Amino acid sequence: MKLSNYIIASLLAGIAATGCKKDNYDPPASSLSGRLLYQGDEIHVEYNQVPYQLYQYGFGKLGPISNTTFDQDGTYSVLLFDGEYKLIIPNGQGPFLWKKTAGGSPDTVVVQMRGSRSLDLEVTPFYMIRNPQFNVAAGKVNGTFSIEKIITDANARNVERVNLYLNRTAFVSGAGNYNVANVSLSGGSITDPGNVALSVTIPSLSPAQSYIYARIGLKVQGVEDMIFSPVIKLDI
Amino acid sequence: MKLRIVTFSIMTIIVAAYSCKSESDFLDIGPTNVFSNEQAFSDTNLVVSVLANLYNRQLDFSTVKNWETMADFSETFPSQNGTIQDLVKRNDWGYGMWSTWDYTYIRELNLFLQRCEAAPQLPEGAKKKYMAEGRFLRANYYFEMVKRMGGVPLILEPMVYDFKGDPTYLQHARAKESDVYDFVISEADAIKNDLKADVNNKSRASRGSVLAMKCRAALYAGSIAKYGGVTPQVSLQGGEVGIPASKANDYYTKALAAAEEIMNGSAGAYALYTKKPDLADNFASVFYDKDLNPETIFVEDFRLKSGKVHGFSIANQPRFGAEEEEGGRLNPSLNLVQSFELLDNTFAPLPVKDGSGNPIFYDNQTDIFAGRDARLAGTVMLPGTSFKERTVDIWAGYQLANGSIISGDERGQQKTLPGGAAPVQVVGFDGPINGKEHTAQTGFYLRKYLDPKPGSGSRGTGSDLPFIRYRYAEVLLNAAEAAFELGQPGVAAGYMNQVRARAGLVTPLDGGDITLARIMHERRAELSFEGHIVFDQKRWRNAHVIWDGASMNEADLLSNIGGANKRNTQPFGLWSYKLHDPGNPNHGKWLFKIVKSPLVTGSNRFRMGNYYSFIDDNIRSNNPKIVKQPNQD
Repeated sequence: MKLSNYIIASLLAGIAATGCKKDNYDPPASSLSGRLLYQGDEIHVEYNQVPYQLYQYGFGKLGPISNTTFDQDGTYSVLLFDGEYKLIIPNGQGPFLWKKTAGGSPDTVVVQMRGSRSLDLEVTPFYMIRNPQFNVAAGKVNGTFSIEKIITDANARNVERVNLYLNRTAFVSGAGNYNVANVSLSGGSITDPGNVALSVTIPSLSPAQSYIYARIGLKVQGVEDMIFSPVIKLDI
Repeated sequence: MKLRIVTFSIMTIIVAAYSCKSESDFLDIGPTNVFSNEQAFSDTNLVVSVLANLYNRQLDFSTVKNWETMADFSETFPSQNGTIQDLVKRNDWGYGMWSTWDYTYIRELNLFLQRCEAAPQLPEGAKKKYMAEGRFLRANYYFEMVKRMGGVPLILEPMVYDFKGDPTYLQHARAKESDVYDFVISEADAIKNDLKADVNNKSRASRGSVLAMKCRAALYAGSIAKYGGVTPQVSLQGGEVGIPASKANDYYTKALAAAEEIMNGSAGAYALYTKKPDLADNFASVFYDKDLNPETIFVEDFRLKSGKVHGFSIANQPRFGAEEEEGGRLNPSLNLVQSFELLDNTFAPLPVKDGSGNPIFYDNQTDIFAGRDARLAGTVMLPGTSFKERTVDIWAGYQLANGSIISGDERGQQKTLPGGAAPVQVVGFDGPINGKEHTAQTGFYLRKYLDPKPGSGSRGTGSDLPFIRYRYAEVLLNAAEAAFELGQPGVAAGYMNQVRARAGLVTPLDGGDITLARIMHERRAELSFEGHIVFDQKRWRNAHVIWDGASMNEADLLSNIGGANKRNTQPFGLWSYKLHDPGNPNHGKWLFKIVKSPLVTGSNRFRMGNYYSFIDDNIRSNNPKIVKQPNQD
């Protein structure tokens, strides 16, 4: 009786010690991260709206293995196994042009993963919001900025509108619960793209807080995603 | 001994008798619980039961079997706790919404057609009819697919794998979007004369239903061709998504012709339903009157005590005094309620405040809704109206002289009012109470599709009210839209006026009044909750305009009513209060407040990638010829 108890106990111990190794892989540990850049300047986008996709071939089914979005400040990061990946931004996504192949499909960036690395993605935005300045005065947030047209060839598009958004948290955009106040100026009413001013009244916040986040967005005609300035925290 | 010999000889005889049968016959015993194809297609009754299965597998949107699909698009507030309220909490629709890819159904329809065609024992007349029904179901499902997915592979023969290890010959690319619409239209033309013009045949294919399908399909294709230019990025190079603008007129002409074929009676004597003198009751009856209803063309029918009933009335009946302790799930939004026109054909918000911002007082709760399109009271259960002879008890509380509110957080709660001696009821038994499920949280219940029959709201009985797929009023509106797009606004006004007059809007519109915004509004007023809104907005390429993702405030809500670009991203409510101010001439009268539920935190955003639903990666992985939808990740 005693002996068999020992045998069972040592068997269980053996299984426990070796079992986990048999059927578990190490989690992916190589980090791929980077930013959206245009000539060294960051491009900021809307939270959870501009996707990128990673593909890896040779493992059965087609389809993206990772299908997530850029952060508000245009950064991305993903944990991967070592190996070869292909990265694209799907057609029609993002307020910028991504390199295309002759056939019109998005061109691929081949990513070799051997340990962690960073990879910045160079894109060509339709416009850039330059020199955004914010100040708080008399219960209002005033924003000034200039608009630089980047794409001027056949792909050029007009500005549909610019917005100044305010939110109580650091997520700021046009989506319903990402702004508490906003003001809009249509593209046709912009007389001097070099000096655009927007002003919006700060609404009463409940519960009250002593600060607010602000950001400027620019909507290009016929392009779904907006271009944004960095999010700024303002004391009110 | 003798006995043994006898037994032996009997056995010998038996063995001898059976041994003549060949061995294979002996082992070949047919199954007793499954029909072979030949048997199934040898008898008309059996073919009908095969067809019944195919009829039951049709795909619908926004049906009485599934109230949740009616709740979206800010047309209602879903008054049930749990995941359904994500509808008002999320900010956009997933790309997979509304997708369908049921090629099993297509294959079985194709097999049905092949086997029915080949069956030698079916009488010619019956066979022709069954073939037409099968082709109608197939065309109708392809129409359903192209509405949601754009061009899909057009598979018209059952495909068979040869087991040689290479299935690539079974992979088919997506057809052009226009090809699928052309297929639906040409099938309708091919089969319409094989089916009888029978106005009382509602639940199986008839000439009327075929023409109604053709009319709607041609109209959809026409508007995609015409308005595709609004969103040039919603297209694919191969034409799988998007139709060239040059085809628009051709499609509109076909839509108008098909509608006029129904109107001139060649498919049967269809007409608008006008049996009841009260116009709101009349409109509500269109949906539940099953007795020689001339308006319905093609329905999914139900029958009490047959096992095929539905629980729409159980889910949506006014809760107070209902046949079960549930109901009230669909609460139409103020956005929809205020969009119904005044009788002089103009749009206006409900008069809640006067010019200087003071509340307007009403003697009766229903007075604020007076003088509007009768379809309002026919579609929405307004506070102060009744269902099954019981007045709905929807009111939010008392307002005191100083403006403060006395209300409760339980249905029909009692409290003592200032100056009162005993507790009195301070909130309706039907709500509205924020967060209290199954009460009228917007201040309204739904009336359309509610069955007034006793027992319809009890779980043991259910309702046999039919779900309408095609009805005559839609045919008229389709004709009006097609005529308008073909530059015949006078004709369009004529058709639209017929529908409007039935709703009490007797001042006719003339050709100059007809705009696309008018047509959009008319379809919403007439066809709300019937599964049109999302597909209509998609084909006009207007969905990203009205559901643009921006949140709404009261000023947004009240402006631009009836406009084509009227934002509709969040559902609002209208709550009624009684004034409690003894001595004030308005004491005991009603006032109204516009509210947005604190549970409405998201706002609807229709992204460019929502115009055509996502094709699953598994499908594209199995068949690399399937191209991706535009604007999706």
